[in-house]
Amino acid sequence: MRRVEQSRLPLYTFIGFTFVMLAFPAEAHLNTTGMGPFYDGLMHFLMSPEDIVPVLALALWSGLRGAAYGRRALFTLPVAWLAGAFLGLSTANAVIHPIIAAAWFLLLGGLLAADAKLSLRVTTALAAFLGLYHGYLNGTGMGQPMSAVVVLLGLVFAIFVLVALAAAFVVRLQAQWARIAVRVAGSWIAASGLLMLGWAVRTR
Amino acid sequence: MRATRQQILARWLGVLIIVSLWSQNAFAHPQKGEAVGFLTGFRHPISGLDHVLAMVAVGLWGAQLGAPAIWLLPVAFPIVMAMGGMLGLMGIPLPGTEYGIALSAILLGAAVMFEIKPPLGVAAALVGFFAIFHGHAHGTELPPGQSALLYSMGFVVATGCLHAVGIGIGAVHRWRWGQSLLRFAGGLVAMGGAFFMWKAFA
Repeated sequence: MRRVEQSRLPLYTFIGFTFVMLAFPAEAHLNTTGMGPFYDGLMHFLMSPEDIVPVLALALWSGLRGAAYGRRALFTLPVAWLAGAFLGLSTANAVIHPIIAAAWFLLLGGLLAADAKLSLRVTTALAAFLGLYHGYLNGTGMGQPMSAVVVLLGLVFAIFVLVALAAAFVVRLQAQWARIAVRVAGSWIAASGLLMLGWAVRTR
Repeated sequence: MRATRQQILARWLGVLIIVSLWSQNAFAHPQKGEAVGFLTGFRHPISGLDHVLAMVAVGLWGAQLGAPAIWLLPVAFPIVMAMGGMLGLMGIPLPGTEYGIALSAILLGAAVMFEIKPPLGVAAALVGFFAIFHGHAHGTELPPGQSALLYSMGFVVATGCLHAVGIGIGAVHRWRWGQSLLRFAGGLVAMGGAFFMWKAFA
């Protein structure tokens, strides 16, 4: 007996529409972790290379200089970052100039590569300026101040942990080759800054 | 039982609908795609054999020269290369870039082959001089529209990794057979440089 063949088009169409209904959320925002504003702030920092690289350079450099410098960076940077972010909360929008971002890479990477012997005061000032500037940029455009505060706390927590880990790691390095390897990382950061500077002023 | 033409068409139509409707997330923000910038930046230095030869040779030579050159040369090269890249990005011309790159492979290869051990300043100046040519070539070739930050980082990290490969290979220098092997490798680099010089003139 011959079976009557039926078109499977309705079946495929049904499957097709099932997939359509199974839509994923549109992740228009960058770091929606789904774990609340604290982790959003934490992830925002960890996923932003323009923030994390200068912080890492400062932490490594202060660690190379010694425990006192590391401690100063550890406490100055997050506090300044938070202060800058609070200042930025009142601003709707800020212009992020690529030349300044490149300059931070160049300055902190260069200091690390050269193992510059700057004073504790200068280190503190650098940490404060870095925190104020980047914190201000983070704070702008965050809108709703209440949830923004929690986001900023997550962000500052991530900075504190990163500086603590990186500086502590370098402070205890005794072998000459290990300390030079850290300085090589600084040269890479500075070189990236130089290239970014070229991008910022590229004429072609 | 064979399916009719209409049934086959209906099946393919169904598959097509599923594929076309199986859409991915719309990554509207540029940071979602920034990995592309890093990876393209990372790939750039390792995509040209002339660059690879010269950068590995820097590591090999550093390993032969020993401390502090083994660390100074890989620190100096990326920074000076980035300066050359900046000149290229800014559109400042540098004559004879291709010749400079080929000559760098020839001279660095020869330095490894003959185990030349000049004063540290001379070695750093030589490496730095040729780094400008490499950086300039990269800078003029950089595609527009990439993420500047991640592209630059990928680019520099790849360059550093090539030096590290050279230093790693150069670790065999402690053995007698390793010294011969390094000299042989230097000869290969110099030959590669000569080939690229011939190509530049051709």
